[in-house]
Amino acid sequence: MIRIGSMAALEDIRKQLLQEQQTKQQENQVVVKVALATCGIASGARDILQFFSAELEKRNIEAAVLQTGCMGYCYAEPTVEVCRRGQEPVIFGYVDEKRADDIIENYIKKGVMVDGLIPKNFSTACHCEHEPQAVPEKSKQIRIALRNCGVIDPASIEDYILHDGYHALADVLNRMTPEEAIEEVIASGLKGRGGGGFLTGQKWKLTRQSQSAQKYVVCNADEGDPGAFMDRSILEGDPHSVIEAMAICAYCIGAGQGLVYIRAEYPLAIDRLLHAIGQAREAGLLGSHILGTDFHFDISLRYGAGAFVCGEETALIHSMEGHRGEPTVKPPFPSEAGYLGKPTNVNNVETFACIPLIFRLGAAWFNTIGTANSKGTKVFALAGKINKVGLVEVPMGTTLRDVIFDIGGGIQHDKQFKAVQTGGPSGGCLTAKHLDTPIDYENLTKAGSMMGSGGMIVMDEDDCMVSVAKYYLDFTVEESCGKCSPCRIGNKRLHEILEKITRGEGSMDDLNKLRNLAHVVKETSLCGLGQSSPNPVLSTMENFWEEYLEHVSDKKCRAGVCKAMMKYFILEEHCVGCMACARNCPVNAISGEKKMPHTIDQSICIKCGVCFEKCKFNAIEIR
Amino acid sequence: MRLKYADNVIFRNYLKDQAKNMEQIALTIDNKKLTVEKGVTILQAARTIGIEIPTLCYFNLGDLQIENKPGGCRICVVEIEGRKNLAPACVTECATGMVVHTHNIRVLNARRTVLELILSDHPFDCLVCSKSGECELQSLAQKFGIREIHYQGEKSVYRKDTSPAIIRDIDKCIMCRRCEMMCNDFQTCGVLSAINRGFQSVVAPAFEMNLDHSTCTYCGQCVSVCPTGALTEQDHTRSVLNALADPTKTVVVQTAPAVRAALGEAFGLPAGSLVTGKMVAALRQLGFDYVFDTDFAADLTIMEEGSELLDRLTRHLKGDPHVKLPILTSCCPGWVNFFEHHFPEMIDIPSTAKSPQQMFGAVAKTYLADKIGLKRKDLVVVSIMPCLAKKYECTREEFSSDGNPDVDYALSTRELANLIKQANIGFTSLEDENFDDPMGESSGAAVIFGTTGGVIEAAVRTAYELHTGKELPKLDFEELRGLEFVRSATVDFDGLPIRIGIAHGLGNARKLLEEIKAGRSRYHAIEIMACPGGCIGGGGQPYTHGDINILKARQKAIYEEDKRKPLRKSHENPSIQRLYEEFLGTPLGEMSHHLLHTHYFDKTGEVIISE
Repeated sequence: MIRIGSMAALEDIRKQLLQEQQTKQQENQVVVKVALATCGIASGARDILQFFSAELEKRNIEAAVLQTGCMGYCYAEPTVEVCRRGQEPVIFGYVDEKRADDIIENYIKKGVMVDGLIPKNFSTACHCEHEPQAVPEKSKQIRIALRNCGVIDPASIEDYILHDGYHALADVLNRMTPEEAIEEVIASGLKGRGGGGFLTGQKWKLTRQSQSAQKYVVCNADEGDPGAFMDRSILEGDPHSVIEAMAICAYCIGAGQGLVYIRAEYPLAIDRLLHAIGQAREAGLLGSHILGTDFHFDISLRYGAGAFVCGEETALIHSMEGHRGEPTVKPPFPSEAGYLGKPTNVNNVETFACIPLIFRLGAAWFNTIGTANSKGTKVFALAGKINKVGLVEVPMGTTLRDVIFDIGGGIQHDKQFKAVQTGGPSGGCLTAKHLDTPIDYENLTKAGSMMGSGGMIVMDEDDCMVSVAKYYLDFTVEESCGKCSPCRIGNKRLHEILEKITRGEGSMDDLNKLRNLAHVVKETSLCGLGQSSPNPVLSTMENFWEEYLEHVSDKKCRAGVCKAMMKYFILEEHCVGCMACARNCPVNAISGEKKMPHTIDQSICIKCGVCFEKCKFNAIEIR
Repeated sequence: MRLKYADNVIFRNYLKDQAKNMEQIALTIDNKKLTVEKGVTILQAARTIGIEIPTLCYFNLGDLQIENKPGGCRICVVEIEGRKNLAPACVTECATGMVVHTHNIRVLNARRTVLELILSDHPFDCLVCSKSGECELQSLAQKFGIREIHYQGEKSVYRKDTSPAIIRDIDKCIMCRRCEMMCNDFQTCGVLSAINRGFQSVVAPAFEMNLDHSTCTYCGQCVSVCPTGALTEQDHTRSVLNALADPTKTVVVQTAPAVRAALGEAFGLPAGSLVTGKMVAALRQLGFDYVFDTDFAADLTIMEEGSELLDRLTRHLKGDPHVKLPILTSCCPGWVNFFEHHFPEMIDIPSTAKSPQQMFGAVAKTYLADKIGLKRKDLVVVSIMPCLAKKYECTREEFSSDGNPDVDYALSTRELANLIKQANIGFTSLEDENFDDPMGESSGAAVIFGTTGGVIEAAVRTAYELHTGKELPKLDFEELRGLEFVRSATVDFDGLPIRIGIAHGLGNARKLLEEIKAGRSRYHAIEIMACPGGCIGGGGQPYTHGDINILKARQKAIYEEDKRKPLRKSHENPSIQRLYEEFLGTPLGEMSHHLLHTHYFDKTGEVIISE
């Protein structure tokens, strides 16, 4: 990549690239894109890419086989997009070599559709000549942050520039003062996508107002919520958008140095980001005199060791400084005294990914999407007992029902929907009665949960809500930094009480203690982690009180998850006395005469379930 | 390498900036209206109207700017109207129009629950805990009327760590981080910091190794500030009682200058009460055969160290390029440990004079033993020190002869107070008594060893007269006194300006050492004390619980004792003169060199970070 010395040069390069692409499209019979994000690679997408390259060549088909980021259909990996010359691209899922062969032989060669087609269920907001779709058509999914994921080759800065990349930066540098640019971000109504939901433009403004010769832009890529992976996908699929946004932010606040705090468990994201930073430097889009202006900015990486609390901005900053990753009391806010005591602006990956488009299509455009107080779109990572696990990006205000049943394809095995946990371990469980609630910051908080970073874990009738609360507490107990007493000890005690209840040893008094303690931990903890860790307990107590009652008074777990409360019985009328259960019981808890009904000694039974599996007469019952 | 504890440093700078604009803030606390300056916290504001919000992790040594407020314990939470959560009073700044409730039912319930949580992870061994009666957690439990702990469960358990001076029983650690602040922020030793996370998090040396494998200087400041029994001193009172009960042993005791200015506090006397005479009487009642004074040895130290200063100065003035200047004092064992660990390349700069404790031991087990006709092994030397590093110092190999240490046991001021109480001695009603001869007589110069600036003032009094041959016109060097962390003064030695530097606190010492290392030091002599205020604020002194006025009162008492003394210059002490005549010969002479001087070691190799 040659060095791009000015705004005009950037435009020239894009036109040139566009021409090259059009020429290639004429030459190639087909373009195949294989999604090579972590999810795809784990499912064998690298082999599929190899297969396509080799086989298309072998079979004398003029083709371009490219890698791209995650297309969002994680449930159907490996996914492949095939675009025959002059036709709309189509996406195939569950592509193994057999299906790839099928695709080549039938679809590519003959245009005959094959199995595995995934209907495209989203529209993309962009500002490209070849896809002139500024305001997307009415669609449940609109991709803003994910606009380039699964579209461009993340390792190619040319591809990014071709898709309007770095034009927002050029616009801002050439046409706007930092103040004007900040006003634009404020006007867009963009709020932090990492969980806090603070107005992004406001944060930039505060950092700009802090007087200091040295300031920092920090990208929070410490995505720690279990079940959330949108930041990883963006960095793997579209690293340049984050680099571009950080540069815009740096220009606005007056920073010269950018840092990405990224968890070391994201090796692919790190690789792609480093590669992209290298390319941007080479192209003069990072470094000194960016695009021929007097603006200087560069980015380096800091690696996190995977502590959940380091997603909290003050803890993140301390970790970057080489200190223990612990939050500190705010104020001072990072915008006043952050990294190395200097004013620092921290935004997360998804927030940054929205920025370039806001400048290209305007704050007014961004404002048209979403609800009164929550603008734009939000990416959710759908997981749990849902048919279509993956990434979705919907406008704020979309209902849970649309996300779960329409986009997500409903509950696995046609089971009954029970609850959905939003906001990760800090969020809460929402139930069927919330399904028609429009999702935005305010509504989720009102319903006792939170937006968080956008994890969405769906639960069905087989999930015990007490155990779910315990599971999340398990996580926060593990991830508490230990600095403040309510979080360090309080969460541990909450977990112990839940443990006791799931063992069938809980009492009504324990439920009272649980509720009181949860409130105290919430209102006395130092940082967001402790202030929200009791949410899963409080929201399940609120929405599934009867399950808690059953656990403590009836010693019953309706979902059959809490083993200690389950009992195995032999139904006399079904038992034929075959002795299969007795022979297989590892603790000799089953006795009875041959051809006579058997019985289980409950004092010996360890509830391993072997008898249940071995009985061919449905004579074992779980109560 | 300045290790900083991010919380405090950043927060302090922030507050300083905030304080620049002295805006007035009007707010309401517990229905009382008040006005405070911008930057004042709710805790401070409440105090001005007589409302004491309880605290636990918060620690503040007032003007010394030694402050710990991580906002971690959450005991001081208050309700601020309009805020969703409760706010910690110690770190929340007052804002205009704030309406604060410090004791409504919501606050009381939360505070009590938090305290119960802390107690639920604490061993219930108050009856046998060495901190009992002085424990701030215990006091809080009492204050809150805790009679039952509603939230019980697993307790975090750690390995006990015993070093020659400090015992870490970190099952009792409540993560207040005061020790960490002292060790990193103030002393810059970087030994203690939080490790592990969540329920298992605790303050410990790196990789949970033992203190004696770390760069710990045993200054004991962590012990001074620990609110619970997690950090305490190695207790030698039983060994001393056994020695006293042994008919074959003659037990000699020496008392450091700072002890007499603080011991009274343990018996309910106001801070700053001088109890020299009562202390001597109590020691005699305890059965010590000879009650001597470390002050005597301090005078001896001045003879040697002052002579060394003059010797180096003279050689320097004659143009000897090999002379190491500035000369650094060496009587503080925490300080000695510090430079051995952190500045091994500079171990030839400090004075080679032993500390008064060790000079006393060396003289007692030779000169005194001869004089009273005893063998070395039949003499037990006990010292009463305001210090925990002294416990380590007396175990150093170079301070023993054929395995017999010059000083057998070093007790802290606190341990002595316990001994006196165990022996049913009515301390406050004791009649004053005098020290024994020949090692009990001392000058005012020796007394002021107990405070920062005192050693160098004592040295100046002697060096001036030895150098100029003239009598000092004025003995009180006000310019060397005070509590400022780094002080400097120039003393006119009859036309020769001697530039003197003083630092207390090892972080402050580090600054002066870095200057020397960089060749920028302009001093001829520097006094360094490891603890805030010098020995008066030592790790073995009665607990101050963060009351700076106690340190100030002790310092005042020390200077008063100096003023009261008929002798105020070390070289005029007749007992010292006799010692040189009868035994040592001359300062820096062969005998002195053998008995009263030492050498230092590079200890960087002694740090072990994994097994």
